[in-house]
Amino acid sequence: MDLLARFLIRLFSTAITLFGVAVIVFTVVRVVPGNPIAMMLPPGATPADIVRLKALYGLDKSIPQQFVIWFWGVLHGDFGTSISLRQPVLGLVLGRLPATLELATMALVMAILIGGASALTAVRFRGTQIETGIDVANGAALSIPDFLWGLLLIIFFGVLIPLFSISGRISPDLQLNFETQFYLIESIVRLRFDVTANLLAHMFMPALALALPLAAIIGQLLKQSLKETMELDYVTLARTKGYSETRVILREALRNAILPTLTLTGVQFTFLIGGTVIVERLFSYEGLGNMAIDAVVNRDLPLIQGIVICFAVIFTAVNLVVDLTYAALNPRLRHA
Amino acid sequence: MTALLEIENLSVALKNGPRLLRSVSLRLDRGEVRGLVGESGAGKSMIGKAVLGILPRSAEVVEGRILLEGTDILTLPPAERRRRIGRIAALIPQDPLTALNPSHRIGPQITDRLVDILGWKREKAEARALELLAEVNISAPARVMRNYPHELSGGMRQRILIASAFAAEPALIIADEPTTALDVTVQKQILKIIAGMQARHGTALLFVTHDLGVVSKVCQSLSVLYAGKVLEDTQVADFFRAPGHAYSAALLAATPKYTDPEGSLMPVGPEVLAAVQAEVDAADREWRHV
Amino acid sequence: MLDGRGSINRRVGARLWLSGGWLLIVCLASAFAPMIAPQDPLAQDLMSGQLPPFWVHGTEPGFWLGTDSLGRDVLSRIIWGGRIALQVALIAGTLTALVGSTLGLVAGFYRGWADRIISRLVDIWMAFPPVLFSILLVAVLGTGLRSIIIAIVVIDWTRFARVIRAEAMNQGAMDYVAAAQVAGFSRQRTMLTEILPNVLPTIVALLSLEMGIAIIVEAILSFVNLSISTDAPTWGGMIAEGRTTIYQAWWVLVFPLIALFLTVLSFSQFGEGLKDRFDPVLR
Ligand SMILES: Nc1ncnc2c1ncn2[C@@H]1O[C@H](COP(=O)(O)OP(=O)(O)OP(=O)(O)O)[C@@H](O)[C@H]1O
Ligand SMILES: [Mg+2]
Repeated sequence: MDLLARFLIRLFSTAITLFGVAVIVFTVVRVVPGNPIAMMLPPGATPADIVRLKALYGLDKSIPQQFVIWFWGVLHGDFGTSISLRQPVLGLVLGRLPATLELATMALVMAILIGGASALTAVRFRGTQIETGIDVANGAALSIPDFLWGLLLIIFFGVLIPLFSISGRISPDLQLNFETQFYLIESIVRLRFDVTANLLAHMFMPALALALPLAAIIGQLLKQSLKETMELDYVTLARTKGYSETRVILREALRNAILPTLTLTGVQFTFLIGGTVIVERLFSYEGLGNMAIDAVVNRDLPLIQGIVICFAVIFTAVNLVVDLTYAALNPRLRHA
Repeated sequence: MTALLEIENLSVALKNGPRLLRSVSLRLDRGEVRGLVGESGAGKSMIGKAVLGILPRSAEVVEGRILLEGTDILTLPPAERRRRIGRIAALIPQDPLTALNPSHRIGPQITDRLVDILGWKREKAEARALELLAEVNISAPARVMRNYPHELSGGMRQRILIASAFAAEPALIIADEPTTALDVTVQKQILKIIAGMQARHGTALLFVTHDLGVVSKVCQSLSVLYAGKVLEDTQVADFFRAPGHAYSAALLAATPKYTDPEGSLMPVGPEVLAAVQAEVDAADREWRHV
Repeated sequence: MLDGRGSINRRVGARLWLSGGWLLIVCLASAFAPMIAPQDPLAQDLMSGQLPPFWVHGTEPGFWLGTDSLGRDVLSRIIWGGRIALQVALIAGTLTALVGSTLGLVAGFYRGWADRIISRLVDIWMAFPPVLFSILLVAVLGTGLRSIIIAIVVIDWTRFARVIRAEAMNQGAMDYVAAAQVAGFSRQRTMLTEILPNVLPTIVALLSLEMGIAIIVEAILSFVNLSISTDAPTWGGMIAEGRTTIYQAWWVLVFPLIALFLTVLSFSQFGEGLKDRFDPVLR
C-alpha cells in the first residue's frame, strides 16, 4: 500500500474516533445529575434567572439539539464560552496548551534519552552485572506510575535536597512579558537564558515523573530488540570488519532494532500526555491538565468538552504521526 | 616463512559443556586455497568463527593459539584483536539474504570499512566499490550501489558480499558454504566468481563446504573434520588418489561423481562411523587427563 | 541452562513472597482495623496537631507516626485508609477484569461486527486522557465508593479488552480450537471451555496489575478531593493534605505515600510473578 492511501485511511479512521469522543464527552457531562447553572448562581436567584442563564448557554434545548449546535460550532472553530471563566473556550485551551506541550515534549525527550541510554548500556555490557542492574531498575520504574514518581521526587528533590522548585511553571518575580505561551522556546529565542534555567528548574521534576515509566518501557523494549538484532548475520559480518562493538551497536543494530520501540513509544506517549493532568496538578504547573481539573470541579461543561477534544486531537495526531513515521522509516514498506 | 594463518591445538567448548572443536590444527599459507569439509555440525563454521572472533556467546576457546600473520590474536585485547582481524581477514557468509543490513544502501555497506577503518577518501572508496562490483559481473554497479538489499536477488546479494569481502584486499578470506543458500543455477556462477577473484587477487581462501566436487576444482589443500576433530590434513591431489583416513575414504566413496559440483555427500557406513567416534572419544579422554 | 532457570525461579519466588507478604499484611490490617488502629481515625484534637513520629523529639505516646494538622493519628488513618484502598482494588479490579475480558474474548473469538464495534470503542477510549475521564465521571456521578468503582471500570476495561482480544485471536487460530469445532461443540462452548482457560493466566496477571492501578486512581481522586467524602481517611486524601504541609510536617505525606507505594508495587510485582510462574513457556 502506498503512503498516501495509508495516510487517507488512517485520517478517516481518526475522524470517526474523534467524533466518537465528542459524542461521549458531550453525553456524559449532560445525562448525569448535577446542574451547572445552579452552581454559578448566587443564593437567592429567582427561577427566571435560571431560565435566562440556561437559554444563554443553550442548556434549555434537548440534548441532541444542543449537540448539533455545539458540534456545528466546533467544526467552525467555536467551542463555546467557558461558564466559570466567561471567555471563549478555544482561546483558553490554546492559551494553556503550550505549557502542557512543552512539559510533555520535555518528558518525552527525557524518556528517550534515559531509556535509550539504559538500553544501549545494557546491550554494550550484556551478560554482566550492569545489565542485571539496569533490568531491575527498569522493572521498578515501570511498576510505579507517574503520580507516585511525582510525589517521591517532591520528597527527594523538593524537601530532602531542595534542588528544584516544587510548584508552578516559573518564579513569579521573573515575569518576562512573554509574547507567546511557549515560554521555554521564547526564552531561548530571546536569549534570556536565566529565564530558561528557571523554567527548566520548574519543569524538571514533573517532566521526570512523567518520563520515568516511559523510559523504563523504552529501555526494556529497545534492549530486547537490540539483543535480538545483535545476533543477526549482518551484525556478525560487520563485527568481522574491524568495527568497535559500540559502533556495531549504533550503526548496524540500532536502526533496525528501533522500529518496534518507536511504535510502542507513540502509544505510550499518549499515556504520558494523559498523565500531565494529574502531574500538573501535583506540581501546580499552569497547563491544560490543571485547568481541566478546575473545569471539572466548576462543572464548566463547555470548557471540559473543549479540553477533552483537545487531548483527543493530540492523542490521535500522535498515533497518526507514529504510523506514518513507521512506514517512512521501514525501507521495505517505503519501497513496496 | 611464517604462515598466514596457523591454528594450533585449538579447542572450543560450550561454557561448562562439551568441546565443539577438539584440538584443531590447521595451516594456511599466503595465496593458498584450503577446503574444509565435514558433515553438518562437524564444526567447520566454528573454526571460521574462531578465526574471525565471532564465536557465539555461549562458546569459548579453552585451549590453543590462532596465529594471524604470526601474532596470536587470542592474546590481544578485544578492541585490538578486532582491528587486526578486520585488516587481515574477511568473510563471505553462507546466507546472502540475511548478511546485508536491510536499512543501509549497498554502497556504504561496501565502502564504510574502507573509509572508517582504513581512512580512505570517500570518492576513492566508491570508485573501488564500482570496480569490484564490475569484477563480480554486476552490470549496473552505480545503480546497485544505491539500492537497498531487499531490492536485489539472492545471487546478486552474494556477488555484492563477495565484492565487499575483497574490498580491503584482505590476505585471508573465509568462505562459509557461500553457495548453499542459492539456486542450483546460480551456484556455479558464484563459484566461478569466487575462484576468479581469488586467482586475480592472490588471496588465501579457507573454503568451507560439504562438497568434495567443489574441493577438487577450487582447492589445493584440504582438511577433513569430524565432530570437531581434524581427521586428515592433505593435498587435494593426494586425497583423491589415496585418502589417508578410513572416514575420508568413505566420504569419497559416498560421492560417486566427485567431479560434479552438484553432487553432495551421502551417508557414511556405520562401522566407519563407530571407528571415528571411538577415535574422538579417545582424544577426549586424553584431553581430560591433561 | 539449568543454572539459568534455577536463578529465574528463585528470583520469581522472592518476588512473589515479598509482594504477597506485604499484601497479606495490608489485608489483615484492613480486616482488623477497628482492633489494630490505636486511635479513632476521625478524632480531631487541635491541641495535638502535627505531632512528629515516635522517634522524633516532641512526640506523644500513642501517636506512633505522628498526627496531621487537625491532630488526627496518621497511623490509624493509614490503617483505615488501607481498608478503602483494598475495597476499591478488589471490587473495581474484579469488575474491570470481568467487563474487559468478556468484551475482549467476544471481540477476539467471534470477530466480525462484534469485533469491529468493540475495537472502535477501544480506539475512542484510547483517545481520552484517562485521569481526566475518571475525574469527570466521579464529578458527575457524585463522590462515594460506588462512583469511584464505576469510574475505574469505565475507564480501564480497555486494558483487559485489548490484551485478551489479541490472546483470544491467537488461541482461536490454533489447531485444538478447530478440532473442537469439528467435534461439533458450539462456538460459545468452545470459547468457554477451550479459549477461556488458556487466557486465564493472562487475566489473573492483569487483574493483579489492575488492582494496583485502581488504588492509584482512588488516590488520585482523593488527591483532587473527589473520593469517598472529605474527611474519610484515604491515602490519597492524606497525601493531598501532606503535600500542603510538607515543610512543617513531612510525616503526614511520607507515611501514607510509603503505604501507597508498597501496595502498588506489590500488586504489580505479584502480577508479574504470577505471570512468570504460570507462563507455560517459562515453566
Ligand atoms: N550458538 C551455538 N550454541 C551452541 N552450540 C552451537 C552453536 N553454534 C553451533 N553449535 C554447535 O557447534 C557444533 C559445530 O557447529 P558448526 O556450525 O560449526 O557446524 P558446521 O560444520 O558448520 O555445520 P553445517 O554444515 O551445518 O554448517 C554443532 O554441534 C552445533 O550444534
Ligand atoms: Mg556451518
